[in-house]
Amino acid sequence: MSRFFNGILRLRRGPWEMTATVLIGLGVFMLMQPFVLWAYTYSFVITLVGTVMFIIVSHFPE
Amino acid sequence: MSASPIDRVAKATPPKLARKIRGLSDRTIAWIFVAPSIFLLLAVNIFPLIWTINLSFTNFKANRPGREIKYIGLRNYERILGDSDIWLTMQATAHFLFWTIALQVLIGFTLAWLINRKFKGNDLWTTIIVLPMMLSPAVVGNFWTFLYQPQIGLFNYVVSFFSGVDPSSFSMLGEVSLAPWAIVIVDTWMWTPFVMLICLAGLRSIPDYIYEAAAIDRASKWRQFWTITLPMVLPFLMLAVLFRGIENFKMFDLVVQLTGGGPGSTTELTSINLKREAFEKWRTGYASAYAIILFVTVFGLASIYVKALNKVKER
Repeated sequence: MSRFFNGILRLRRGPWEMTATVLIGLGVFMLMQPFVLWAYTYSFVITLVGTVMFIIVSHFPE
Repeated sequence: MSASPIDRVAKATPPKLARKIRGLSDRTIAWIFVAPSIFLLLAVNIFPLIWTINLSFTNFKANRPGREIKYIGLRNYERILGDSDIWLTMQATAHFLFWTIALQVLIGFTLAWLINRKFKGNDLWTTIIVLPMMLSPAVVGNFWTFLYQPQIGLFNYVVSFFSGVDPSSFSMLGEVSLAPWAIVIVDTWMWTPFVMLICLAGLRSIPDYIYEAAAIDRASKWRQFWTITLPMVLPFLMLAVLFRGIENFKMFDLVVQLTGGGPGSTTELTSINLKREAFEKWRTGYASAYAIILFVTVFGLASIYVKALNKVKER
């Protein structure tokens, strides 16, 4: 876990990509879940943030 | 000795043109070759995308070209993301996605595992299993509509044969509770071979010596499956899931042919709903915002897919 946070602080690609992937996954889940409307409402923002983050962090060093 | 093709082309080039070309650098010539592709890419992909993003902030209607276009900010996005009908459409898509992928992976992997065993007629069975994938979705949709007919359909007859239920007592495409499963069954029938082929490639990439070493260590078949087969096929399986996930998210033709989104809007997937908003209700600005939401979702999933693909390559 500390390795993950170290990677985040040192702007390493792996953990940042992992975070972006989790955000995209969460956004897609929120978009399609049948439980609460507010999660659907905010899903697009989360997916967009995850996708843009993924594009940016894929240029970070390994 | 005859002249080479390059010499012949050089000789045939008019002197005026030859002088012009001689003056160009390699970089310029490279750009001349690449420019048509870049132009096409910009015209066919990039420009429509930027234009759609632009339209998504307006109240534009394509069937009223003379009407004044007003910029309404994020209102289209707010309306879509607060609309419970579109939320239901997303849920219908999620149901379709989840069950098609689950069934296709389960059946596809099982078939691949069986086909991977050497037996007589192995190639023939592979060809037969792969056939549905090669058919057009329009054809598949049409003949499954006949198979699902309550009076004469083979599907209803088979269900009635095994369950004893009257075949005309249920309609797969006409009942709210059955129609979502009807489209899942057809998509699974059509695309399981694709997952099977990917899994088969994964299974065939496992070297025999790993199993031999495991057998020497007295590992049971069950243990071999969980510690060798499944981990080594997993990246391939993951790829198949992502491929099918992205494809089914955009599913249109098969479902339109089968149910047209009905009964009611039970099987109205996002792509069908989007088409209705854009080309039946003609709410172009609204539909553009809808398309951008779907685009970002698919783009996000595609990014994960590319990452997974790179990991597979590294192995």
